[in-house]
Amino acid sequence: MHTSVIVVAILVLTALGYRLGRRRSVALVGGPRGTRNLHSLPSYYGFLTALWCALPALGVLGAWHLLDERVIVGAVLAELPPDMQHLPADQQGLLLNDVRNVVSGSLPAAEARPEVQSAAREWRRLQSLSNAAGASLALCLGLAGGALAWRRISPELRARNGVERVVEIALALCSMIAILTTIGIILSVLYEALNFFRVVPLTDFIFGTTWSPQMAMRADQVGSSGAFGAVPLFTGTLLISLIAMAIAVPIGLFSAICLAEYADRRLRAVIKPLLEVLAGIPTVVYGFFAALTVGPLLRSAGQFAGLEVASESALSAGFVMGIMIIPFVSSLADDMITAVPQSLRDGAYALGATRSETIRRVVLPAALPGIVGGVLLAVSRAIGETMIVVMAAGLAAKLTFNPLEAVTTVTVQIVTLLIGDNEFNSPKTLSAFALGLVLFVATLLLNIIALKIVRKYREQYE
Amino acid sequence: MSEATQARARTSQQKVAAGLKRRYRAELRFRSYGIAAVALGLLFVAFLFFSIISKGYTAFEQTFVRLEVSYAADKIDPDGKRAPADLEGANYEALVRQALRERFPEVTERGDLRKLYGLLSGSAETVVRARVLADPNRIGSRETLWLMADDHVDMLVKGHIDRNVPEDERSIDDRELGWIDRLTAEHRVEVRFNPKFLTGGDSREPEQAGVRGAVMGSLFTLLVTLFLSFPIGVAAAVYLEEFAKRNRLTDIIEVNINNLAAVPSIVFGLLGLAMFIQFFGLPRSAPLVGGLVLTLMTLPTIIITSRAALKAVPPSIREAAFGMGASPVQAVLHHVLPLAMPGMLTGAIIGMARALGESAPLLMIGMVAFIADVPKTLSDPATVLPVQVYLWASSPERAFVERTSGAIMVLLAFLLVMNAAAVFLRSRFERRW
Repeated sequence: MHTSVIVVAILVLTALGYRLGRRRSVALVGGPRGTRNLHSLPSYYGFLTALWCALPALGVLGAWHLLDERVIVGAVLAELPPDMQHLPADQQGLLLNDVRNVVSGSLPAAEARPEVQSAAREWRRLQSLSNAAGASLALCLGLAGGALAWRRISPELRARNGVERVVEIALALCSMIAILTTIGIILSVLYEALNFFRVVPLTDFIFGTTWSPQMAMRADQVGSSGAFGAVPLFTGTLLISLIAMAIAVPIGLFSAICLAEYADRRLRAVIKPLLEVLAGIPTVVYGFFAALTVGPLLRSAGQFAGLEVASESALSAGFVMGIMIIPFVSSLADDMITAVPQSLRDGAYALGATRSETIRRVVLPAALPGIVGGVLLAVSRAIGETMIVVMAAGLAAKLTFNPLEAVTTVTVQIVTLLIGDNEFNSPKTLSAFALGLVLFVATLLLNIIALKIVRKYREQYE
Repeated sequence: MSEATQARARTSQQKVAAGLKRRYRAELRFRSYGIAAVALGLLFVAFLFFSIISKGYTAFEQTFVRLEVSYAADKIDPDGKRAPADLEGANYEALVRQALRERFPEVTERGDLRKLYGLLSGSAETVVRARVLADPNRIGSRETLWLMADDHVDMLVKGHIDRNVPEDERSIDDRELGWIDRLTAEHRVEVRFNPKFLTGGDSREPEQAGVRGAVMGSLFTLLVTLFLSFPIGVAAAVYLEEFAKRNRLTDIIEVNINNLAAVPSIVFGLLGLAMFIQFFGLPRSAPLVGGLVLTLMTLPTIIITSRAALKAVPPSIREAAFGMGASPVQAVLHHVLPLAMPGMLTGAIIGMARALGESAPLLMIGMVAFIADVPKTLSDPATVLPVQVYLWASSPERAFVERTSGAIMVLLAFLLVMNAAAVFLRSRFERRW
């Protein structure tokens, strides 16, 4: 609340700075008629003043708020009775939590211990002090920056260049967010995964064949160890992806061929968007469809044929995932097929080849690298797909290649391990991050390879 | 031409002619494979929509039972002061039960009575309370009300419970069946439009559950996503397309963006959990955090489409601006950006549509909790439409199946509107240079 008032004040100051800067620039050259003597348009002088007002002030305010809690915590700890100062780290954390709760009012002060109460009082005092100091510092900086910029205004000042420099830097910073995201993913996933590998050795994780991440509450309980062999998850993921590809690749490829080579333009304009509807449907809808329509359907079909199909089977999840990926494969293959130069087709026709022969012997071999790249991208989507398998593939980590049984996948385990309030540092939770790391690395590799193949192929005919 | 060549020509012609039939058959076969593939694809689309809509349209309707409720003064307001607190806290359940007992005076045994009361939804009393609070003068009078039936009754009336199944395998026993049939024969049972499905929050009782909480959660989450990802994405695209010099750093950024676009969404959920919740200590289940995660997820898409839109603006526009003395920033901000805006907006809408359908990363940051209240701010615990679908899909009650399908229909309707808006924008404003 307090902070938002300060921010509003700074913004008001900024608006004021704009008006004053602009007015001064116009006044310096003797009114609106003289503005051609200015280096930049008047509004740039306004913007420059405003930027000098806002940027340092907001920057300092932000930094202050990031850092002040640490200083306050240090000061509060120093004020505690001596015997409470040398507690182990986790107890100190609990104590600080209590203090924080009293300060925020979620824990009534009367219920807390006297030391906590006094610490909370101290905290509040320091907090208001720090708020006041930070606010006045920010406001002073805003005023000073604005005044400085205002004084520096002269007809020769290159205001536009200054403003544009700031704009360019801001744009560049925005484009850095992509890198920051990647770094963030790698750091967070890798860090937690390394914590996990400290408890469970890497080789056990990658080569172990039993997965039962249930950790016992007490160390002496039976079966307390928990097993973190991820091989059943990998095979499950592969099995489902394989089924999905077996559905998506033929259907996607043939419909791409049909649309690109046979269908006339009007038909294509109708059918292509209809097929792409499949790509726009949320995955949770597919999950529901797999679990409630396809699953029971396959089950009764299996009963009819005398087969035992589990109600949550790899087949139903893979089948529906295949449907989901059809438009992905078909639009990529379509791109690749249309990129094959017409001259190749004409050459084949001139030799007397039929259409299908041209497609099979000339167009497809020419488009093959691109199509393979597209299929690899599709595989990486299938591996990372979550909702369909969560809803339709089951939880049992079985080492099997029978598509009629329930299998589990990497993504399913990540979701089940992390849903709910788990203790964050237990191996059970951390194993989800190790699985996430595997998933990230696998899909990244697939994508890099696929993108490289696709790019190389595109260059070939350009 | 010599004899020999003529003979050879004839034989190769014969060879071709001999193989022609086979080759045409192969052609036909190949072609029919293609047509079959397209037909299968379209069939899947049709089947998907048919199965969702045929299951889901009934979620917008609910069974109601007509009963005469008497607003007995001694039950609501015994001392006759009409004090609001008294009216608020009175035992309206008793009135509803009384009304039921009046209809079935022969039911007296306790277990049977409990079953009888179970015919109506728990929300019936809130209807009665609302009637009394709206007009306290109703106290002492009688009124005919349509009260919501319990989900089992609803399922029976909608035909989802098979009467021919043996009694002990049915969720409704023969006695209840008799009561319902009697009410039906008296024209007291009706399937009507159920506004609660669109205006209510989530509930453990299927008949009371609605999608409003999830819709608001989705709205808040998408607002955060839009306000962060659109400006940042456009700024990044402008920088990369218009200002960046080609060097190592920009190459790395490009490769990065392309790779991020293909990272599985669940990994973004892990990032959100580890960074926003564990490290920065932001609240769990909040639309704010959901929006942040979805921002990181949709940014690559928005950057890529925005760059395509910028690329489509011909260089002559920039050169004309430079020719008039504009600086590079002016040329971009005043001329290129407005021309590329429709394309960027289209990309943003498509990105938002994807974000709206996304659920896996939001599961990670705790947006799966059961939340009955409709969220009011960005930091209230909330859930979103696709996660609501997931939650209802994993509920065991039969009645939640139609709720799930209904929620999917609402979700698809939103997606349809967004995609239609994107198509409209594209066709209305897109220029071919």
